[in-house]
Order: sequence, then structure tokens, then C-alpha cells
Amino acid sequence: MSISEKDVLRVAHLARIRVSSDELGDYQEGLSGILSLVEQMHDCDTDGVEPMAHPQDIQLRLREDQVTEPDQRDAMQESAPQVDEGLYLVPRVIE
Amino acid sequence: MEFECVIGLEVHAQLMTQSKIFSGSSTAYGASANTQACAVDIGLPGVLPVMNRQAALMAATFGLAVGATVNPVSVFARKNYFYPDLPKGYQISQYEIPVVSGGSLEITTEAGTKTIRITRAHLEEDAGKSLHEDFHGMTGIDLNRAGTPLLEIVSEPDLRSPAEAVAYLKKLHTLVRTLKICDGNMQEGSFRCDANVSIRPRGEAALGTRTELKNINSFRFVERALHHEIDRQISVVEAGGAIVQETRLYDPDADLTRPMRGKEEAHDYRYFPDPDLPPLVIDEADIALIRSQLPELPDARQARFVSDYQLSEDDAAQLTGQSEIADYFESAVEHAQGESRLTANWINGELMSWLNKSDIGILDSPVTPAMLGQLICRIQDKTVSGKIAKQVFAALWEGDSDGDVDAVIQSKGLTQITDTDAIAQAVNDVIAGFPDQAEQVRAGEEKVIGFLVGQVMKATSGKANPQAVNELLKKQLLD
Repeated sequence: MSISEKDVLRVAHLARIRVSSDELGDYQEGLSGILSLVEQMHDCDTDGVEPMAHPQDIQLRLREDQVTEPDQRDAMQESAPQVDEGLYLVPRVIE
Repeated sequence: MEFECVIGLEVHAQLMTQSKIFSGSSTAYGASANTQACAVDIGLPGVLPVMNRQAALMAATFGLAVGATVNPVSVFARKNYFYPDLPKGYQISQYEIPVVSGGSLEITTEAGTKTIRITRAHLEEDAGKSLHEDFHGMTGIDLNRAGTPLLEIVSEPDLRSPAEAVAYLKKLHTLVRTLKICDGNMQEGSFRCDANVSIRPRGEAALGTRTELKNINSFRFVERALHHEIDRQISVVEAGGAIVQETRLYDPDADLTRPMRGKEEAHDYRYFPDPDLPPLVIDEADIALIRSQLPELPDARQARFVSDYQLSEDDAAQLTGQSEIADYFESAVEHAQGESRLTANWINGELMSWLNKSDIGILDSPVTPAMLGQLICRIQDKTVSGKIAKQVFAALWEGDSDGDVDAVIQSKGLTQITDTDAIAQAVNDVIAGFPDQAEQVRAGEEKVIGFLVGQVMKATSGKANPQAVNELLKKQLLD
């Protein structure tokens, strides 16, 4: 199975990755390669095999419901490009 | 052509945990911006989520309460989209295997009683908040809410009118509050609702194209927003147009719905199992424990109020609409020596009207169940009439006599006149003062007796026992 240039551009857009036109071919080839590997796996007989949601056969560890994190705003905001009144500022987004 | 609407609701109930679903930050409402957002919540690289056990148990509690399957194994998935109040670039949610599958709620409207199926309920984290106004042309981000645990409860498209949608929502609201898994505070966004709406010609089996309504966060808005959207869809179809599948926002100020400007690909969330989180396992011991600790559910309590307290279905439904009101009632009845119906009338009437006027909840009522119960006793033993009791209630509300019912009655001189001589005197005065009306009663127009009773009550400042007055008047005029 191969994917089109259009598919590559769409996936890149969804992931917010800028792909230039001369890179398109490489991505198209690389992604198609991954898909053909998946296709190969499709041929395996998995009847009666329970699907796994995680590669390891483990279960989620749970913690007790306790507040353990104090206010760390000042430390967190040291690396933020812009803050005001305790808010992180980002380029304007309007729906 | 006659149309019917098809509605399904998605409710986000914020779970009442102390800490967030995947971090140890506080979930308390109203804190200063970003003071409750730790490295996990702001999505710093290298952090790992650690699941809150309480959130899982609360989801299971809900599942058991609606007769659903609590899945022994459920899976967290990443829902991928970009928005600045979602710093990781994905929301941790559940997709293929939610924690709760199935279940149902029974609703009652004027159209009768009906079962609404629940598709699923899944756990997820809330996003942060974007503030678009006035930050030097930039958007401000507060991540205090990011990571707050939500239970998203999805109904089947079983609702056929805005009234049914509201009834379902109210039922769910009462239930999650009774279970103490969600505080139900709609102003603070703890209980939010999106609606999927479509129309089709009545009798048609296929579903029409649906729109999704967002931002309908009060019971009143839900009903209005749905009415508007249904009318809009009918107008479009009747004009020969087609409904476009889209998300619309309800604007309560303009009282209309408008399309949300979104990117066409916004719905491609590319879900996949979150590799940071192995499957959530809720074992049988946990389920058995939760089952044994389930409180009496609203439907059962309503049925018990009808059978044990001889209340009407309506009264019982009103009292059990909020577990706090039902608790108040049961306590007041005890103080009223079991006089249940009068107590129910007083709570659903006088008390509710005072609470609404003062805009406070029943837990903050200055008139306690003990006071109301004592007042009911004084009505029962004829110390005061029902009418005078309202004056006593008002005085208790204002905090007179430290809430001592008998002291209020004494100090205001409101004791009912039970002295028959005094009442007889007043009755004779009224008969003498209104000879025409008295004559009408003698002539057989018994309805006029009500007027004379009223005059006697007026003459005694309402303190005479109206029943005694009625009897005396009849005796004087008709015997």
C-alpha cells in the first residue's frame, strides 16, 4: 500500500509539521514503507488472540487521591516566553 | 410534513476528587491562575501520568448506579488536536474500551415514563482555559483546570423532545450528586452538556444529519437551545435545503445558535492507546465494595416516600430531586411526629419559595428541619392556624427568638383563639354587621358562608380557628 502526496500533506498538517515540496517524496516513500510492514503483519493469523492495548502485560498503577503538588507557578513560568497576571501568553487564537 | 427530533446528550461531569486525574495538583475551584498546574498538567517533556484511584472508583460507582457494565479492563487513549490550552497536544481520554458500557436512566415527562439508554461513560482529563480578552492582542492560558478528572456520559439518541432532554439531564444531575461523585455546579462548569440533534419526518426510521450543540450549561438554556436548533433545521429542510453536519454554539444573549468556525479536519483526532498508561483494571473486590456502599438511589427514595410517607408522586418527585431536600424532609418529619404530608407541603411550598427569594440552598436555610417540624406540631395541635403559621415561619426565617417556635408564637401573640366564647362573640358581631350575607346563607346559599368566615378571621386578626368559626356560623345560621 502506498500513500499519495496529498495524504502526506494532510498528515503533516494534522501534526503541524512543515514539509517542503522537495521533502515530499522522501516522506511518501518512508510512510508507505511503514504501511507495507503493517500490511505484512495483517497476513498473520490472529484469530483467538486477545488484542493488547499495551506492549507489556501489566496493569495501571493507581495512586491515592491526595494533593501532593504545591504551587510551582514561578518556577514553571521562568521558561515561558511571555506571561501576564499569572497567565501564559500565546499568539492569539479565536474560534 | 410533520417532523420529529432525535436528541442524544453528552454530559461532562467533573469528578469530586481532591487531586487531578493524572497528577497530585489540587482541583479546587477559583485559585489564582496556574497555581494548581504542575509539570504533568502543563505537559513538560519527560513527565508521566499517574492515575488517581478515586477517579476510577467514582466512574465505577456511576456505572453500578445506572445498571451498566463496569469493564474490568479499560484503556486510555490519546485524542490528538492542537490548541494552546492543551499543552501536550493530546487529551488523555478513553476510546475503544471505556470504563462503563451500557446502562440506562428512566425519565418522566408529561408524555409519560421512558427509558433512556446510556451508551457509555468514559474517564478523561479536562483541558485548561483560554482567555481571549485583552492581553496585548495575545491569548492568556490558565492551566489550573487542565487534568481535572471528567466522566463523559454519552446517551443513545433516545430523546424525542427538548423536554425529555431536560428531564434526562435533571435525572443525571440528581444522580451524580446523590452518588457524591460530582458537585453538579453548572456555573463553575462541573456539569456541562453538549447535544447531538437531528430531525426526520415522523415515522421515518433513518436518522437525519445531526449537528452538535455546545455551550449549553443551564437547564433553561438546554431547552431553549434545542428548540431553536430544531426549528432552524426544520426551516432549512422545508426550504429545500440540507442540514450540514457541524458544531454550533448556543449564544444565550442573542438566543440563537451559530456555527463554530472550525477547521474541516478538526474531527480527525487520530486516537491511539496511550503508551504511558497500561490498561486500567477494576477488580471484583472493588466492585463488590462499591456496590455495598451505594447510597439509596433517587428513584428508590422517591418510591419509598410514596409508600412510607403516603406522599403523592409529584410531592415525592419534588422532594427527591435533590438529596439535600429529601434529607431535610426526613429530618423534619421526625420532628413533626410523623406528619408527613403537611411537612411535604410546607417544604415544597413555603420553604422553597423563601429559599428561591433569598437565592440560597436548603443547607443554608435559617429555618432548620427541627424548627419546621415543631411548627407543624403546633399546626396539628391547633395552637396556630396554617395562615398564622406562615407568619411564624417568616419570624423564624428572620431569626426571631433563636428559632424557638413556641417563643415566637408567644412573643407575637399569635396563639390561636380556642376560647369558644371569644369566637362566638366575634361570630355574632359579624352576623349582626353583615345582615344581607347572613340572610343569603339562611336562604341556602352556603357558599356565602366563606365570606362570613373571612370577616370573622379578619376581626380576630386571623387567630381564630377557621374550622371552629365555620362550624359556629353554620350552627347560628342554619340550625
